[in-house]
Amino acid sequence: MTREIMYRDALREAIDEEMAANPLVFIIGEGIAERGGSYKVTEGLLGKYGPKRVRDTPIAEAGMIGVGVGAAIAGARPIVEILYVDFAMLGMDMLVNQAAKFRLMTGGNGRVPFIMRTQGGTGGGVAAQHSQSLEAMFYHVPGLKVVIPSQPADAKGLLKYALRQQDPVIFLEHKHLYMTKGPVPEGELVIEFGKADIKRPGKDVTIIAWSNMVPRALEAAAKLAEEGIEAEVLDPRTLVPLDKEAILASVAKTNRVVIVQEAVRRGGVASDICSIIQEEAFYSLDAPVEIVAGLNIPVPFNLELEKASVPQVPDIIAAARRTLHLQPRALAAQ
Amino acid sequence: MPASAKRANAPSAELLEKLFRTAYKIRVFETEGIKLYRQGLIRGYFHPYLGQEGIATGVCAALSEGDIIASTHRGHGHCIAWGADVKKMVAELLQKESGYCRGYGGSMHIADISKGNLGANGIVGAGTPLGVGAALANQIKGNDAVTVTFSSDGGSNNGTFLESLNLAAIWNLSYVLVIENNHYAVSTRIEDSTREPDLYKRGLAIGVESHQVDGNDPLAVYHLMRDAVQKCREGKGPILIEAKTFRHMGHHVNDPGKYMPEKELAHYKERDPVDRARNALTEMTGIDKSQIDAIEEAIRKEFDDAVEFSKASREITLAEFQQFIDSY
Repeated sequence: MTREIMYRDALREAIDEEMAANPLVFIIGEGIAERGGSYKVTEGLLGKYGPKRVRDTPIAEAGMIGVGVGAAIAGARPIVEILYVDFAMLGMDMLVNQAAKFRLMTGGNGRVPFIMRTQGGTGGGVAAQHSQSLEAMFYHVPGLKVVIPSQPADAKGLLKYALRQQDPVIFLEHKHLYMTKGPVPEGELVIEFGKADIKRPGKDVTIIAWSNMVPRALEAAAKLAEEGIEAEVLDPRTLVPLDKEAILASVAKTNRVVIVQEAVRRGGVASDICSIIQEEAFYSLDAPVEIVAGLNIPVPFNLELEKASVPQVPDIIAAARRTLHLQPRALAAQ
Repeated sequence: MPASAKRANAPSAELLEKLFRTAYKIRVFETEGIKLYRQGLIRGYFHPYLGQEGIATGVCAALSEGDIIASTHRGHGHCIAWGADVKKMVAELLQKESGYCRGYGGSMHIADISKGNLGANGIVGAGTPLGVGAALANQIKGNDAVTVTFSSDGGSNNGTFLESLNLAAIWNLSYVLVIENNHYAVSTRIEDSTREPDLYKRGLAIGVESHQVDGNDPLAVYHLMRDAVQKCREGKGPILIEAKTFRHMGHHVNDPGKYMPEKELAHYKERDPVDRARNALTEMTGIDKSQIDAIEEAIRKEFDDAVEFSKASREITLAEFQQFIDSY
């Protein structure tokens, strides 16, 4: 049976089910035990699994992440919750120099089944140090899997898969998504990494989006449909590994692409996906690939400025129309 | 102390021989390894453990199967003391497929996960959180294994030193942090890095039982470590041990170490840990010189054999490398 549950509940179900199944799974983080976490993802887990497997930590991100990586190397299954992705920057040595490289440095003998769960994105005036979308920082480093679900079912299935595979995973949630609802099947739900999902099928233009940009892309697609433009919304769900085949198949169908990311434009994942498309699907394209991204600035506190800093629905609609301008049958030419 | 207690604490001949064998094996590995480096057979970095042998020797002798160690960029000594296969170590330094990391890691990354060696580390101080993490894994698993991180005066000024030792403390982990205080972070003196050069005091500040020991005395290190391990197994960890020592040369093979005062170097060389291990063995057991010579000869032969083995080994192929390219 499938129910409608919140993103945060789906995450909790994944952790709960995997903790019940595997005694080596444990979770540490700031305020995650008694308090149940700032976003209530871990609510109730302390009572169920006890203080040995559900632990509060001091505010010490580099130490927490490093200890998680060490525990993973030694054969346990840690989940380290970092309150904001911004704070993960304090632990970058452990992610970039230790976790990501360990398998290769040991000639394949060592594995690091480590998960860092964290959240990013703008969220109603929390300002520059609590609003970033930093997926590109992790995407850039070979050895880290980058998982970034937009819907409750994806959140559950991908987290369960993360807890069963062998590599370090950066699991990026979004502060705006925790209380969004979606259908999630009861019981076993495991989603393999590297499988994109078509959130809305269409034939005229492909909108590639992830995390909180997926609901915005879907809203844009609904508005475009009123004008007769059928946009396909593709959510890669994991950026590493990236489902290149699904992207290329969609481009082959629509011949037009808009890539949407909340992260700043410069050096972003959208630019890399764009380079893949131009290299491997150049002759399918009927228009230049459009990238709709955050401005190359820190996110300001002022709500109007915050809004202006990251992609909004009208920006996505405008970009989709631009890709259709080059088409004689373009419906959005005005 | 009553005489009976004194006898019970007296080191066995077996232990004394083990300490000497280990210390001497590290000495040979480093001395001969430097020659291979000079010949161009070893590339990249090589940070000799010369002069510090007493620490790894004493610490590892007090550990058992199932325990875990995490090492530093100056890690050859820890590997050897942990019982590593010298053949696979030399092969790794010679970037051969038969090496511990199949030539992917090199001197700064030798690890043997299956035997509980989490490996050397190119980032100074990084072994501390990793070691605490391994201790946490053991607590989750519910076993009584002890994890040891070898760190250094340099590593103790990294922020993760406090962050992770503090985590070990609040969680009562079976963890021993061994600070090899060789007085230099590359070339910067410990006195120029901190106002309090007795580093064991840092553990006291966060409620961790902490000790200081002469790192050039393998037997003293062993005795202190044996007690620390015992306490950890009783759930009284973590414990911090600061072992004072001194390098015999610069930071790495190409650093002449001119900044090291001759007088101070001479002071520590007079207290050479390998000599002390040898003297302890001869004085306490009465073993004769020919037996010592035989031990040394066997160890030198083991190294020579390892070099022959490594030279005859092949390197990893680009086709094999594809395995990583495809999965990264």
